[in-house]
Amino acid sequence: MSTSVLYDAPGPKAMTRSRVISVVGILLIVGGLVWLAFALGAPKTSANGAVQPGLWDPTRWDVFNDLVVWRALGKGALATLSMAGVAAVFAILLGIAFSFGRASENAWIRRPATIILEFVRGMPVLLMMLFILLVFSTGSFWAGVAALAVYNGAIIGEALRAGIKSLPRGQREAGLAIGLTPLATRFRIEFPQAFRQMLPIIIAQLVVLLKDTSLAFVVGYPELLREGIYNLSGFFGNRYAFSFFFVVLAIYLAMNLSLSWLARIIARRTGSHSGGVTAIAELDSTTLGGESAALGIGGAGGDGARGDSR
Amino acid sequence: MDAVIENLPKFLEGFGNTLALLGLAGVGALVIGIVVAAMRISPVPSFRAFATVYTELVRNTPLTLVLFFCATLLPYLQFQPGYFTLAAIGLTVYTSPFIAEALRSGVNGVPVGQAEAARSVGLTFGQSLSFVIMPQAIRMVIPPLINVFIALTKNTSVAGAFFVFELFGAARQVTNDRGDEVIAILLAVAFFYLVITIPLGLIAGKVEQRVAVLR
Repeated sequence: MSTSVLYDAPGPKAMTRSRVISVVGILLIVGGLVWLAFALGAPKTSANGAVQPGLWDPTRWDVFNDLVVWRALGKGALATLSMAGVAAVFAILLGIAFSFGRASENAWIRRPATIILEFVRGMPVLLMMLFILLVFSTGSFWAGVAALAVYNGAIIGEALRAGIKSLPRGQREAGLAIGLTPLATRFRIEFPQAFRQMLPIIIAQLVVLLKDTSLAFVVGYPELLREGIYNLSGFFGNRYAFSFFFVVLAIYLAMNLSLSWLARIIARRTGSHSGGVTAIAELDSTTLGGESAALGIGGAGGDGARGDSR
Repeated sequence: MDAVIENLPKFLEGFGNTLALLGLAGVGALVIGIVVAAMRISPVPSFRAFATVYTELVRNTPLTLVLFFCATLLPYLQFQPGYFTLAAIGLTVYTSPFIAEALRSGVNGVPVGQAEAARSVGLTFGQSLSFVIMPQAIRMVIPPLINVFIALTKNTSVAGAFFVFELFGAARQVTNDRGDEVIAILLAVAFFYLVITIPLGLIAGKVEQRVAVLR
């Protein structure tokens, strides 16, 4: 949908009005950005009288000629990615285990799984990291990996359970009817469909996981934030802190946005030929606001609607 | 256990600060989120584009980075209202796009026929939004909004790492003093968090059921 049903196709008068508001809006936004740029670029006098040149001054950026800086940034990015990668594998495995536990027919498995899940979902990841670090003295890497895996595993588990629940009942009945055991039915009939349906949500959760690796900064893991801003500005002086911040921010955005983009592509692909998500996609494309269907899934299904917005 | 009991005042002080952060950042994020969501569905293209870019950028920035910026870089710009305020600002900014997305998904969840009906009986953009769409959207929006607030509650723990004495800060300080009872201390702090998050989750579930019946 290119136009929204919320308002008519604009006539000449509304068109000019909309154009005027649009231009004013652009001017306001650009004005704000220009003001910000100037505010950052203005030289600052600190309390002790030393004058620091503005942010756009070359002396604030010359540090990036130094290879050491890039090596440190690369090391930090690699540390972040390796933590995210290891944690993602464990999170998906744990998520599968959680979903089986919660969907189990045996109350002795289902109840404890539910309690553990609720407990884990209500706790801050940071507290879990500190807990694992102090109680099991694992070192910061494994503390971070374990906390991220448990927390995101719980979320992925819930998503998978919702996926299993949303399947038509006939799928399970058909599996049982051809003589598969309940477990085999779950593994070979229900689970593959649920996983495929929930893949966009799982990937959106992995973006959250990648973002959350920065929490390991607090427990002392040398990831991108610690290596890139904290250590480097400690070494080269605080006048570079802003420059380092913007570069690290750009690296994070590049990593997260490309993963989100991948999630969107997969959402569009799986959306075309599987039951549940198609329903969501259709619902989204026929609703208000004029956004594309895939965006609706990525945004709403990902973390907007589910709200596990870490 | 006695480490928990003798440090109870510290935990309660931390709990109070966590609640204060939650309240301040929650209200602030709600205000910004409503503005951004309104821009996102508005007829003016430049507002829509700005809101989209804002949402995407802030949502993909790690919270630790946002709070690091607020706590250690903003003071360089001669902006020093204290670490508590700085953390509240950071949490507000970080949470606002999630609120905007929750609101937008609520508006998107209203069947298109409702808007068409409103338009066809001659209501204007403002009237159809305020009389037809919003009353339905607000109901659908409450559960995801509560989920955003649950996430915000947990996110306030990151402020504890940036010089704010809230629950996580209290946990760190007390575990430093009493290394022998780490498990009891951390379980006590976890309990305080669950006191906020689990009731919120239950309310969200109840509201969701009600809405499901209504539709």
